[in-house]
Amino acid sequence: MVHIQLNKISKKYAGFELKEISISVSENDYFILLGESGAGKSMILETIAGLVWPDNGEILFRGTNITQQKIQQRKVGIVFQDHAIFPHLKVFDNIAYPLRSRKCEGLTIREMVTKIATQMGIAGLLDRRPATLSGGELQRVALARSLVQQPEILLLDEPLASLDTGLKTEIRALLREIHKQGQTIIHVTHDYEEALALGTRIAVVNKGKIIQEGSPEEVFHHPTSSFVAHFIGIRNFFRVKTFSDTLGMKAITEEGLIIQLPEECVVSEGFVLIRGEDIILSDEPVNSSATNTFRGTITEILPTPRGIEICVDTGTLFYALITHSSLNRMGLAEGGVVWIHFKATAARFIKI
Amino acid sequence: MKKIATLQLVFTLLGGLVLLFIIAPLTGLFLSTTPHQIFNTAGEEEVTTSIWLTVITSVSGTIVFAFAAIPLAWILARKQFPMKKLVTGVIDLPVVIPHSAAGIALLGFISRDSLLGQAGSMVGLNFVGHPAGIAIAMAFVSIPYLINAARDGFAGVPERLEKAALTLGASPGRVFFTITLPLAWRNIVSGLIMMFARGMSEFGAVIVIAYHPMVTPVLIYERFGAFGLKYARPVAVLFILISLALFIFLRSLSKEKEGNRQ
Repeated sequence: MVHIQLNKISKKYAGFELKEISISVSENDYFILLGESGAGKSMILETIAGLVWPDNGEILFRGTNITQQKIQQRKVGIVFQDHAIFPHLKVFDNIAYPLRSRKCEGLTIREMVTKIATQMGIAGLLDRRPATLSGGELQRVALARSLVQQPEILLLDEPLASLDTGLKTEIRALLREIHKQGQTIIHVTHDYEEALALGTRIAVVNKGKIIQEGSPEEVFHHPTSSFVAHFIGIRNFFRVKTFSDTLGMKAITEEGLIIQLPEECVVSEGFVLIRGEDIILSDEPVNSSATNTFRGTITEILPTPRGIEICVDTGTLFYALITHSSLNRMGLAEGGVVWIHFKATAARFIKI
Repeated sequence: MKKIATLQLVFTLLGGLVLLFIIAPLTGLFLSTTPHQIFNTAGEEEVTTSIWLTVITSVSGTIVFAFAAIPLAWILARKQFPMKKLVTGVIDLPVVIPHSAAGIALLGFISRDSLLGQAGSMVGLNFVGHPAGIAIAMAFVSIPYLINAARDGFAGVPERLEKAALTLGASPGRVFFTITLPLAWRNIVSGLIMMFARGMSEFGAVIVIAYHPMVTPVLIYERFGAFGLKYARPVAVLFILISLALFIFLRSLSKEKEGNRQ
């Protein structure tokens, strides 16, 4: 069922514009708005929240038009990149803020705050001042403060951008957990790894327009424009399950291809990414230090702004990026047989 | 290296001279007044009445005008409107015009033939020669300090916090009172203290509006004119001491509040 729908939303503001944005987010979608900074992603979120009023178009919430509805009456929670935690209020009062705005009873407030704080793993911080919290803790407080009002839709504006790598993994897991409990989420990011790791649907935004929308597989495997392909930058992208054997960590693709992974990966499900630049081609089998070697047929040779893209079918499609001179020197042609090689460390695993 | 040392030396010397310039006259004033004289002066009813009058008129002027000045400061910090620069300039006018001129301008504004004066007369209030008139004169010359400090305070509150509060179901009024005002409070308090202190020390504008009842700056001037330096000094010293004590007390109060917040 469609949860929230944007129909041809347009807005001009301070030299910037949104052009006929139409998206449709279904119940329990984890919807990612992916794009470079300044593409207009945050403005789409703020339009949904009611902080920005569109010049044209309409927003439908379960079929009801809420375009003109006041911010306070929309059932959305928004979490900003910089958390926007109120610095003068204790953690408890921050989380209780939306409940007090809606005039809940004192006892209910205490119960609800404690419950959500426990879920977010910050029950021990309720008496602390925001200035004494770390970035990850602040992000948890911000999530708790939004979720305590039981929003129909949770809007996240670059929630991981200001966190370091360890914390990112932690908060990602938390977001996945929140989504699993049935929460519809719209998440803005410039990071395609984040999009892959979390999204059930992805819309790519560029210069105030949605230029592609679909499942992660659709968007990453079949970029419909050069911008998407270039922005995502990675064509070798496989849905895998990982396992370990005596030779270390491995991933198996849906087609049954087995890829050697770096040691630090965990047993799980996810995506493997390999940059085209990291794939080496040879016209006969060679003994090299690269642990991944596959034989395949060249199905396509495509000139791109970044070099020549060679598509090799090994049962699974791989895209290698080589230079013009290599192409001429090796005399590669469509239909020819080649070997592809890449190191285990060139394969990046993203857990989902 | 040597050049920097020389430069620092010259700057330190010049800086020291400025400090001396501020401290020396005040120290001279204190040294030429005995504690005995100060105690005697503090016992004079004329003096204590005038000090009370000064403090109370300045406090009331500050509080009454704050109710309108703080919203104005918020508008200046948050809203864009035509001729905003002009409005900002107008607010600083009381600081740059001579205060005797300000007093004369005010006198025309509150005297009995003016609209405000007539409104006052209807409730039996004549601003001229009345503490209310003194409070108005004090507020006129000192209100820019409050408006500017509060405006800076409001401007320093991130709009993102206000936006966040709105999405958390708060009405614009609730956002102002629970987020914006508390976060700008430190600047506002420091503005209130500055306005109060500046109002208390006002002489030029006040003497035009009301020679009597006598605020302390006027009393000091009168004693100097009528009896000379020797008689004016103890009152001046006493008034400076009380002003300093009040100023330090209020500052420490607002600092303490700040400390609680961290």
